[in-house]
Amino acid sequence: MPPLLDASHVRKVYRGGGGLLGAQTTETVAVDDFTLAIDGDTPSFTTIAGESGSGKTTIARMLLGVQPPTSGTVRYRGIDIGQMDKEQMRAFRQDVQAIFQDPFEVYNPFYKIDHILTTPIEKFGLAKSPQQAAEQIDVALRTVGLRPDETLGRYPHQLSGGQRQRITIARALLLKPKLIIADEPVSMVDASLRATILANLHKLYTDFGISFIYITHDLTTAYQVSEKIVVLYHGTVAEAGGVEQVIKDPKHPYTRELIRSIPVPDPGSAWIEEAVEERDVEVPDAELQGCRYAPRCVHAEERCTRVPPLYRLDDGRVASCVLYDKHEALADGDLTQIIGAPQQKD
Amino acid sequence: MNNQAREVMLDIQGLEVHFETRRGLARAVNDVDLQLYKGERFGLVGESGSGKTTMILALLRMIKTPGFIAGGRAVFDDGTDLLALSPEDVRKNRLRRVAMVPQGAMNSLNPVMRIGQQMALTMREHGEVGTGEEFEARVAKLLDQVGLVPEVADLYPHELSGGMKQRACIAQAISLSPRLILADEPTSALDVVVQRQIMQTLRQLQLQLGATVLLVGHDMGLMAQFAERVGIMYGGKLVEVGSVADVFRNPQHPYTQLLISSIPSFERRGTFQGIPGVGLSLLDSPSGCLFHPRCPQATERCAHVEPGLTQLGPGRQVSCLLYEKEETHAAPS
Repeated sequence: MPPLLDASHVRKVYRGGGGLLGAQTTETVAVDDFTLAIDGDTPSFTTIAGESGSGKTTIARMLLGVQPPTSGTVRYRGIDIGQMDKEQMRAFRQDVQAIFQDPFEVYNPFYKIDHILTTPIEKFGLAKSPQQAAEQIDVALRTVGLRPDETLGRYPHQLSGGQRQRITIARALLLKPKLIIADEPVSMVDASLRATILANLHKLYTDFGISFIYITHDLTTAYQVSEKIVVLYHGTVAEAGGVEQVIKDPKHPYTRELIRSIPVPDPGSAWIEEAVEERDVEVPDAELQGCRYAPRCVHAEERCTRVPPLYRLDDGRVASCVLYDKHEALADGDLTQIIGAPQQKD
Repeated sequence: MNNQAREVMLDIQGLEVHFETRRGLARAVNDVDLQLYKGERFGLVGESGSGKTTMILALLRMIKTPGFIAGGRAVFDDGTDLLALSPEDVRKNRLRRVAMVPQGAMNSLNPVMRIGQQMALTMREHGEVGTGEEFEARVAKLLDQVGLVPEVADLYPHELSGGMKQRACIAQAISLSPRLILADEPTSALDVVVQRQIMQTLRQLQLQLGATVLLVGHDMGLMAQFAERVGIMYGGKLVEVGSVADVFRNPQHPYTQLLISSIPSFERRGTFQGIPGVGLSLLDSPSGCLFHPRCPQATERCAHVEPGLTQLGPGRQVSCLLYEKEETHAAPS
């Protein structure tokens, strides 16, 4: 059986105009050769992490079919999502749900919350009667910790940001999806409510068997909720593996510096004093050759002018760095072998 | 942090900032008392709507209608009350006494003026005199202090990376050696590696200048690493103050306790602890303690009695009835 959703060697290149005269055009490789399949039957919780310009949101948008790849294919149950017929598209739209960053932008302010929840039920014919629809809404709202009497009949502006984000999750839940792609779902939510939202997502994974692709820049929340992690740098995969391995013992120089730079909520560490082990340089994307991290990397050497493959380390993770060139390269760059593998015991 | 008695540089007493709205008066900053010491790094933490940004805007006298400063004093050790300055003195005071490092560096630099030009212009506008060459040399020195090469003076803001822009803003802020640097989430738009570099630069400058930094934000990790003392705000009130180690390791206010246990860390996976209830609406605030509807330790008294600031030790304060003696609030008959 083909996987639920798979991206095969997808690449996304943005072409920018050259200013007013348009003499030069620049090419930015947002995502370079990304391959990953998500199995529909075994639930998984995978983070795709990266900072601004890493390509994480572009990957999410390609997986959701809202942005076509420049090359490579994204398939839903084996069918190229650019080629799907109406029936297939409908099934895709039900199986794969999206949750975005800004819960304020998603809703039409003139419709009550009820509308947000009844629309998918009608559109996908999920209920046989209005009573059944009401029951489903009731259950979905309670699952995400909202009280129906405090939410239904209200307008979006009458709810808090955290409540609105939970409405989005309840809506996704109504459709009983196989996979939810959540792009920075808590970055606009206050700290005190963030935990509640993440707990909701985690519960959908553990109790309902829904798979997740969690897109974030925040490695602490990634560590909290996910099993596997893919760390991106400038459109390429720097490191991927079990979240415990990658966060606790990062191998790629970029991942190491990234994790070292996170200010931990524990006073008295050397965060403010320790030297940053990274060169502070800006290299235009168009001039990047070989390893994209090399210009900033303190370990960079001659060989880094060639793009390193993903080397498979002994503990089942991969890192794209010549420091590990004694190891075997990951066949076909296919992350499914790492992400799809059962969780390793630590 | 050392234990020697520290001199108070700015004494804030009873600060009140209100916003007039159609639905009533919102007390965005609610009777805040806070002392900032000379040469310290103080972190003011709060969620959205807690009043932390409004507080520093009040110190800068940048509150705009419908908001207004409704009361209080903010007195420097030389006797100057920031809240009582005339508009002309407010302008003179800026950069010299109090400077601000903004949140989004992108919006605070003039996009059509070279970095060096705008830095020199700002200094001139604040009364500095000198020849073009003198200003050029001063700009080069300031850029060097924030870790930028002198050539940056000839660039326009769009030619700089986010981190470089934020450094340029810091250079501008320290140009007249202010005694108090206010920084409102200065790195929230930056990646973490760059954030660390910027915060390290800010700390070095703070030490060099002997200035006090008041850092405002919601990132508890950043506070833990940068600040020496912290204050926690909730609904416009300062609910707890103490050294960073005391507040993080031994939080006293129930809100602080919940806030600290809700921080995601690399210690726990698969467990999530939030704060119950919903955030506060300033237009519909509860009676008594503002946190009581969400507080797991609330008693019946908390709904009626507004807690004051209780002194728990030197530089350690909490605003919670758990720490107040009953008799202080017994109504005289």
